[in-house]
Amino acid sequence: MADRSVSRTVLEADALARAWRRVAHEIAEAHTAGGAVILVGIQRGGVALAQQLGETLGSIYDQAVAVGSVEPGLHRDDLSQRGMAELRPTELPGDMADKVVVLVDDVLSTGRTVRASIDAVMAFGRPRCIRLAVLIDRGHRELPIRPDFVGKSLPTHPDEHVEVRLSEQGAPSTVEILSL
Amino acid sequence: MSWHRKNLLDIESLTAGELTTVLDTAREFKAVGERDIKKVPALQGKTVVNFFVEPSTRTRVSFELSAKRLSADIINFSADASSFQKGESLKDTARTLEALNADIIVIRHKAAGAPHFLARFLNSHVVNAGDGAHEHPTQALLDVFTIREKKGDIAGLNVTILGDILFSRVARSNIWALRKLGANVTLCGPSTLVPRVFEQMGCRVTYDLDEALANADVINLLRIQHERQRKTMFPSIGEYARLFGLNRTRLAKAKPDALIMHPGPMNRGVEIESELADCDRAVILEQVTNGIAVRMAVLYLVNGGNAAEMNA
Repeated sequence: MADRSVSRTVLEADALARAWRRVAHEIAEAHTAGGAVILVGIQRGGVALAQQLGETLGSIYDQAVAVGSVEPGLHRDDLSQRGMAELRPTELPGDMADKVVVLVDDVLSTGRTVRASIDAVMAFGRPRCIRLAVLIDRGHRELPIRPDFVGKSLPTHPDEHVEVRLSEQGAPSTVEILSL
Repeated sequence: MSWHRKNLLDIESLTAGELTTVLDTAREFKAVGERDIKKVPALQGKTVVNFFVEPSTRTRVSFELSAKRLSADIINFSADASSFQKGESLKDTARTLEALNADIIVIRHKAAGAPHFLARFLNSHVVNAGDGAHEHPTQALLDVFTIREKKGDIAGLNVTILGDILFSRVARSNIWALRKLGANVTLCGPSTLVPRVFEQMGCRVTYDLDEALANADVINLLRIQHERQRKTMFPSIGEYARLFGLNRTRLAKAKPDALIMHPGPMNRGVEIESELADCDRAVILEQVTNGIAVRMAVLYLVNGGNAAEMNA
């Protein structure tokens, strides 16, 4: 982690906020019944973004949107290689039978975290469907997973690292690419 | 996250940060235990061996359930059914278990230091489930977990440990954990079972039960371990119950919201008046529930110990 020598900012707060608002509108267009949608932030980059998205979406629907969180750590396939993940709370309603769960994350890359998060949600119950909303899609997928709602697609080199910085209120403030 | 250890051998060598990591991890595992589906795949494909050279039911069952909830395979290997009776050494038996590709060996042994001995030559992860009168780390972790859950913070609490301290690995592990997390620890019991030498661990030692209970936030009662004792440690069980047994009158000396804890198995009418064991301040059964969360956290963390060491 230490020798990330070069970093460049590729997206600024204005562009990010617009992209994230558009994602909220796309979700509202695809799922017209607001009460059925639960936004579930993936620990931990997705949690604050899910909150943000929930507020925007709530004003579009004109009704509060439920927001939860999911910890993918216990369902990862690479625990032996990376060491055990630090665990953070999973907060989901027990009964999701008629709900649309929208998983929310900051950066989508290999898809392994999303796969683990889907399993973690399934361990709680069986939602009507699961969708995926990400602020940044940087490519390099290793699993057959694709996002339903994307803020920005960002072509990157595999060696680079994409970092989303948030404001204190949880709004995305900048996206930086760090070269290893 | 502060955890890079391959084994859990004792509490003495842990830092406050490592203790807190185990407690925080256990909190998330407790939430898993409250769901409809209580199983997670974190240790899928791993093999855990419960290597119990000293009889124990509750600790063994707790580890067994913890491993199962993590999706590990677990086998029980106990002394009475084993090759010890045929004269095999501890080292050879442990090597045999490792040759079965055990990833984690949970050991309970009557000799202090047995887990440390195994850890020196085994590649498997070693977890101490109680070694002689030395330490019982997971019991201490579940005790401080329960206290933290009820009281919020360990630092500054007055914790009284009552009973057989000398022969108690639970007491030693609890003292280390509580002192590291900033609690004030008072020990009390018959002078033969509570030697002054424990003051060197930063504890207050008193033989006056009322004084020991004054202002206590937590009272942890330890069982009189008949099996570890010579007959001469105190005159009679009746006298012990009269002088050191917890009853309603004595409980009134402690803070009104003081917790009553007991690692079990308890002797009703000896260290605790029967009705107190069932009152709402007793958290004895919650300790059992929390034991699973804490042991899940320990198995989970030591399993990652290797990788964490390499990435550190």
